[in-house]
Amino acid sequence: MARVELKNIQKSFGLVKAVKDANVTFEENSFTTLLGPSGCGKTTILRMVAGLEAPTSGDIMVGGKRVNEVPIHKRNLGLVFQNYALFPHRTIGENIAFGLKYRGVSKSDTGAKVKEALDIVRLPGVEDRYPSQLSGGQQQRIALARAIVIEPDVLLLDEPLSALDANLREDMRVELKAIQHRIGVTSIFVTHDQSEALAMSDKIIVMSAGRVEQIGAPEEVYNNPASEFVANFLGASNILDVSVSGSDSTSIALDAPYFGTIAVPRDRAVNLGAAKSGKLVIRAEKLRLTNEAVDDKAISAKGVVEAVDYQGQVARYFVRIGDRQFQAMNMIEGRPFDMGAEVTVKINPEDCAVLPADR
Amino acid sequence: MRAWGLIRLYAILVYVFMFSPIAVVLLLAFNNSQFGGFPIDGFSLRWFYKLAENEAIIRAFKTSMVLGLLTALVSTTIGVLASLALVRYRFRGKDLITTVLISPVLVPETVLAVGLLIFLRWLHMPRSFGLLLVGHSIIALPFVVLVVQARLVGIKREYEEAALSLGANPVQTFFQITLPLLLPAVFAGALFAFTISFDNITATIFWRPSGMETVPTQIFGMLRHSVSPEINALGFVMIVITVGIPLIAGGLARYFSRKKI
Repeated sequence: MARVELKNIQKSFGLVKAVKDANVTFEENSFTTLLGPSGCGKTTILRMVAGLEAPTSGDIMVGGKRVNEVPIHKRNLGLVFQNYALFPHRTIGENIAFGLKYRGVSKSDTGAKVKEALDIVRLPGVEDRYPSQLSGGQQQRIALARAIVIEPDVLLLDEPLSALDANLREDMRVELKAIQHRIGVTSIFVTHDQSEALAMSDKIIVMSAGRVEQIGAPEEVYNNPASEFVANFLGASNILDVSVSGSDSTSIALDAPYFGTIAVPRDRAVNLGAAKSGKLVIRAEKLRLTNEAVDDKAISAKGVVEAVDYQGQVARYFVRIGDRQFQAMNMIEGRPFDMGAEVTVKINPEDCAVLPADR
Repeated sequence: MRAWGLIRLYAILVYVFMFSPIAVVLLLAFNNSQFGGFPIDGFSLRWFYKLAENEAIIRAFKTSMVLGLLTALVSTTIGVLASLALVRYRFRGKDLITTVLISPVLVPETVLAVGLLIFLRWLHMPRSFGLLLVGHSIIALPFVVLVVQARLVGIKREYEEAALSLGANPVQTFFQITLPLLLPAVFAGALFAFTISFDNITATIFWRPSGMETVPTQIFGMLRHSVSPEINALGFVMIVITVGIPLIAGGLARYFSRKKI
């Protein structure tokens, strides 16, 4: 188990800069997610930690030691791939024992360790089968068992759930996190799925176009996005251009279109700094639609429902206010609003986040 | 229905056209007659016995077998390594090297044969068995490269990366993971190479040292005097080898893969 640090890491493929000056720490025994759209550089970072790619510049430290020049087979890492990558010509037992062979583990110990690893991933007794005889979810468990049986310093997970069915993916998500917690291995998880990242991580690193956009705990990244990109990538957000019209010790007053003046608590505007104008971020699920009268103190605007995306317990509404369309995600109480319904849209200032305008 | 009948008849005629010469050879190999032709006098294995007693043919047969096996060995080894480089690594001049490796298929064999001879003359080297081996390997190499490359593209890089991450060094990874997964293509390539070498005649006539005969050049030499029935028997043996070995190998491969999965 070891702490992993990336110091000033750059990676170029020809003229393309895949990773731009990344400074990241993966804490010992923690579960850290690299989150971003495809091509953002998250997989490149994982592959550099693994030793499958060499950084163009910068240092990779594992457990305090620089490992840039250490080849992959001497790094003691567990690697889990999206497509499992179980050796098709080897039995499950041989697959899991593969790494033990190169660590001088005796034959009798190997059997015991393989058994133990299969127990951890809750698939006992499949040693003699071949990978093609198992389902996708089972194969991924075996891939995980193969990676953890060697007691790696770092566990690297490259979109391990993306090839699974939706239901299975959610089960595996819980289980993977539980296994990681139990064996307490430093884990780096790569995904483009924001719900996976939010559900599993101790810390999320949001990346875009080779740059680290934000590092923080799931709630932090979700509630206090550091940039417009983060706000939009983690769920749907409505973003308004606002200007600062005044402030006091507890809040900052912002002039927003359609909604008038909004007094946002200072701790919701930490990223704004001393800027005079900014962007107000309101998550779709924080916009409340109502057809009842609202009192004068509430911050609200009138709008018309343009489209409804019914999803069972929730509905996503596209609401036009003035010349802009807003997205709202509301729990359905009673009947959902119909298309064309006239509604009042309410905002709670505590639910907003404010970003500086130039980001 | 009428149209289908015509198409079926046409297909049958095409097959008859393609296979009747082979059938004739197979049939006449067992003909008791003195002459290598119809009519058939009766069933006999005498031409096979005669063949086994013909020292020139036995010598040619041995030469062909050794040459074929060595060609398979050399061109498969080079072909596998070349395919690995071409599929797994990025380097300058890759397209050029691919073209050069594949070009023996495109160049007429006579041109290739004369070219190699001129090259040897320039090096002041005499024709030899070694030259023959080099030449056959060059001719067989493109087939090995094409077959092995196609399979290698299908073997995901992740298998090798997983093995490396588990602590196997690159050489161990090749022998433990890549080669076993590549084995069907390696076998197919080797069989191709053997077959190509075994029945090559054009280039062999140019390259063989004087006094050395392979089975095809031996037959060619014998035909210049007369169509001996022995040649039919020899043809039978060659067909059995060039058709039978791949069939047996394919069957074995299927048997072993079924046993595993």
